[in-house]
Amino acid sequence: MSDNLTSVKQSKLTVSSNNVDRRGFLSSVSAIAAVTVAPGVALVGFAEARSVDKEPVTDARRWGMLIDSSRCVRGCDACVSACGKENGLASYSRPQTDVQWVRKVTVRDTRTRRITSLPVMCQHCQDPPCVDVCPTGASFRRTDGIVLVDRHICIGCRYCMMACPYKARSFAHESANNQKSHAPRGKGTVEACTFCVHRVDENSDRTPACVEACAAQGHGAMVFGDLNDPNSQLSKDLDKYSSTELRGDMGLNPGVRYRNI
Amino acid sequence: MRKFWLFFVLAVVSTAVSGFVFAGQENALLSGGAVSKWKGDACVEATPVMRREHMDFLLKQRDETMRQGIRNGPYSLKGCIECHAQEDEQGQEIPVNASGQFCQECHQYVAVSIDCFQCHVATSEPRK
Amino acid sequence: MMKIVDYVEIEGRSIGYWVLLAILGAGAAAGLGASYYMEHHGHWVTGMSNQIVWGTPHVFAVFLIVAASGALNVASIASVFNRVMYKPLSRFSGLLAIALLIGGLAVLVLDLGRPDRLVVAMTSYNFKSIFTWNIFLYTGFVVIVAAYLWMMMERRMNRYSKPVGMFAFVWRLALTTGTGSIFGFLVARQAFDAAVMGPMFVVMSFSYGLAFFILLLMWTYHMSGRTLGDAILLRLKNLLGVFIAGVLYFVLAYHLTNLYAAEHRGVEQFILVSGGIYTQAFWIGVVMLGSIVPFLIFHLPSTEKSRLGIAVGSVLVILGGIAHIFVIIVGGQAYPLVIFPGKEIIESSFFDGQVASYAPSLPEVILGVSGIAIALLLVSIAIKVLRFLPDSLADDVVFSVGSDAVLGEEEKAAASSAGA
Repeated sequence: MSDNLTSVKQSKLTVSSNNVDRRGFLSSVSAIAAVTVAPGVALVGFAEARSVDKEPVTDARRWGMLIDSSRCVRGCDACVSACGKENGLASYSRPQTDVQWVRKVTVRDTRTRRITSLPVMCQHCQDPPCVDVCPTGASFRRTDGIVLVDRHICIGCRYCMMACPYKARSFAHESANNQKSHAPRGKGTVEACTFCVHRVDENSDRTPACVEACAAQGHGAMVFGDLNDPNSQLSKDLDKYSSTELRGDMGLNPGVRYRNI
Repeated sequence: MRKFWLFFVLAVVSTAVSGFVFAGQENALLSGGAVSKWKGDACVEATPVMRREHMDFLLKQRDETMRQGIRNGPYSLKGCIECHAQEDEQGQEIPVNASGQFCQECHQYVAVSIDCFQCHVATSEPRK
Repeated sequence: MMKIVDYVEIEGRSIGYWVLLAILGAGAAAGLGASYYMEHHGHWVTGMSNQIVWGTPHVFAVFLIVAASGALNVASIASVFNRVMYKPLSRFSGLLAIALLIGGLAVLVLDLGRPDRLVVAMTSYNFKSIFTWNIFLYTGFVVIVAAYLWMMMERRMNRYSKPVGMFAFVWRLALTTGTGSIFGFLVARQAFDAAVMGPMFVVMSFSYGLAFFILLLMWTYHMSGRTLGDAILLRLKNLLGVFIAGVLYFVLAYHLTNLYAAEHRGVEQFILVSGGIYTQAFWIGVVMLGSIVPFLIFHLPSTEKSRLGIAVGSVLVILGGIAHIFVIIVGGQAYPLVIFPGKEIIESSFFDGQVASYAPSLPEVILGVSGIAIALLLVSIAIKVLRFLPDSLADDVVFSVGSDAVLGEEEKAAASSAGA
């Protein structure tokens, strides 16, 4: 019954997202105005403008990540454990069914024998196949680019897991316990990396737990930020270095990009 | 004519039953008193409003939070738990969906099974 | 000389019938129990994992759904393609189609992570999802075939049975294409991502549905002591032979296309050569036992007219069909996703680059098989309650009906007026 309400609400939400577009347009106009008046300062002000209490996220931002695999250390799994701790992911020592929102992979080039290590998580695609195939609309992409699962209407069919090219999603095979209040999770539904959306929403300067942990290790292999903001460290790095996307052949335009694979 | 009497009896019976239910609900809730010890003595809305509409508040805010990233609204489940979770003698928090606790007491009375806590944790984060 | 086809319920009073119902009922109940067990503990008690996300229940569910649409074919041949000889079989064909579909859907739903949220799947839709299309195709199929049955069984409605039958035929083609497209549209996986999946599933449905139909027809006529003539049975058998060849043709086209593209050679090597159980299931299950052996049984002079041969051949087609779906669904997942082309994966905590292992647990096998039990239970009850089966399918009955097709309307009218 409650789920009926969800769908009604969803349609309301779609309506309001049209307003969002208009608002987004207006604010970009004002941003341009601001830039002409007070360069730099105004831009920063704009980036901080959203009040998390009232305003919906907009596509003015697109969250993304750049992972430099040359700085990622083989054998280090600080990002993985930080993710588990942050999101209350329990391991039952059953690797086949334990959830993994982020994992470490080490690859060797079959021709050059070069070895690289890198974390793989939900790539937060622009055109996510998981969202396309989800029968109930539980898989969705927020306008700021974060791909999430609405576990209130997920029926646990796992079609999204079949569709994801990155094996980024896990099925909750067990009853959950000791969840974090910011990261609810439960048996019989599908889950994946959220870009630590609870952190990012609270304060746009905060980074996901994995990025924080990587920096704390002194590796700094992961840079998180707004792909649409030309002044973000992420955008500057993407300008400076060549980067690549996983399964670029599929044209999904993922939010996560890699260097030096 | 027989039909009319049938409907009439049905109407009378249902009014009577619902009256009892409402009266009973008042009693159950007024005597229960499982309310906040942390955040003062008023809920985010007047009690009658909360009784009638808390589920709508919760669902609306849940969708806004999840799909639009609007955080810190007044009607969060987290907020309910922070106020209404009780502690046992050892100072351990009791889950709000445990028998006799704030959420469970009322929902059990009205025979509503809620599945919020299959995913959401039923205690608040440790207070710092 | 014209004999009227007389549809009669089976008596259904023998001990054997009640024992059968009890066994099938127990099978259905066991499926529910298995589902409860899986849902209560969570899916970790099954062989399914984050690597093999769809397992045995899905193999049986997809097989039954595919067979369901195929079972309707006999009715379609009669009403869409005017082969009046098949007309007496139409009702049973429609019944089997509905029963198999319900059996398959039951398994699919009972395996969901949250089967209690079935109502969500019925109220909240994402219309870009092929699953959503299929929800409508499946429920629509049941409604349309039920209407079709009504048109056929209610004398007043008989005249509408042809257009409704036509619609049902088009719908079932869409349904099976939709089912195949569940896999065909999965662009990320090496073994799927093939447009041929849709049409291939259509031909697979012809084959499996007809095999089911022949088998159940022979069995019910044998058990109820009715006459089943050679004429109709041999024709159905020949048709099944054609469908078997059709499936092989599509399998060949699918694998040849993949073999041609360098990027798909890995998965082809896996399925055709090095895949262990999947390779065996393919060559022994699908190709040998599921196709070549029944084809030979149906066409070798020594066995082509043997009833035992027809029954054995149909069973083999069904088993081969289950093997085929197993290779497609589980084999397709067992081969790892290629996330890093040109690289080999030397370490991963999440089984990247490794062939996934899958050992089905008892509950999921029970759940899968219970789908067949549910379907057969529905059929057993329905043929006792309603008039689905002609009391005789002896050759003279079938042929006197069949001769209608040979005679035109005018000749028939002339014949009847001459008779009067």
